[in-house]
Amino acid sequence: MGLPGFPDAAPLAGLAGGVLIGLAAALMLLGAGRIAGVSGIAARAFAIGEGSMPRGAAFAFLIGLPLGALVVAMASGAPAPQFASPLLLAVAGLIVGIGTRLGSGCTSGHGVCGMSRLSQRSLVATATFMVTGFATVAAMNALGIEVLP
Amino acid sequence: MMRDGAVALASGTIFGAGLALGGMTDPARVRGFLDLFGAWDPTLAFVMGGAVVVMAIAWAFQKRMQRPLLGPSFALPNRSDLTPRLIGGSALFGIGWGIAGLCPGPGFAALAIDAPSAAIFVAAMLAGMMLVRLVDRPA
Repeated sequence: MGLPGFPDAAPLAGLAGGVLIGLAAALMLLGAGRIAGVSGIAARAFAIGEGSMPRGAAFAFLIGLPLGALVVAMASGAPAPQFASPLLLAVAGLIVGIGTRLGSGCTSGHGVCGMSRLSQRSLVATATFMVTGFATVAAMNALGIEVLP
Repeated sequence: MMRDGAVALASGTIFGAGLALGGMTDPARVRGFLDLFGAWDPTLAFVMGGAVVVMAIAWAFQKRMQRPLLGPSFALPNRSDLTPRLIGGSALFGIGWGIAGLCPGPGFAALAIDAPSAAIFVAAMLAGMMLVRLVDRPA
């Protein structure tokens, strides 16, 4: 089912995916008492950041991410998506790594877990990375930089 | 310990399935959302909306609980100070997110979809995290 005016949008799949993400984060919160923030968990798993989460559990969470994605990819049979060039992926990854550590979180920790609890820091962080995300894509488009063939 | 790992694995797996189902492991979908002034794709707003509503309900339960169902105590952030570090870091993160259309969760999840591409992104991301740590606490 589509969205009037946005033929490429997938609102129902998006909503279903979002509910699953929310349930996953709720399981982490109500089950283990922790925030399902991927950048923080990644830093914990690789001994970059401190935290109360056992490193083994942090790795288990990270291993689950591709497992879950694999199940959905196999079930849907959709064609594989395009990714940016290795150079752009490396530059983007480096900036994301630096930014999420300085900013104490990413789309999951701030955007999902923090915003839903009306954390002032998360609301400001999310507004900030959305605005710079919009600006980055707009600037790259204006400069004619093609990311995905 | 084992229980911690089991909860984390289940949470990560459901999280990864949600990311893929919502289209977040497709950089074109994410960049489409960030292309607000071009061919805007609002799908990510539905993903975020669904996740935030479910989590808002979870927080309402959390407030009434003394401890988590399977653990000794809650370990939750409680800061509320807005610092240049928070805002500058988030601004940088948004730039990286916009360049490749990947954030940390989909980066790991995409290891199952395009392993070489996702591995480059994840390795660079971990390097960036390490860099911040080295600057914060020189070895």
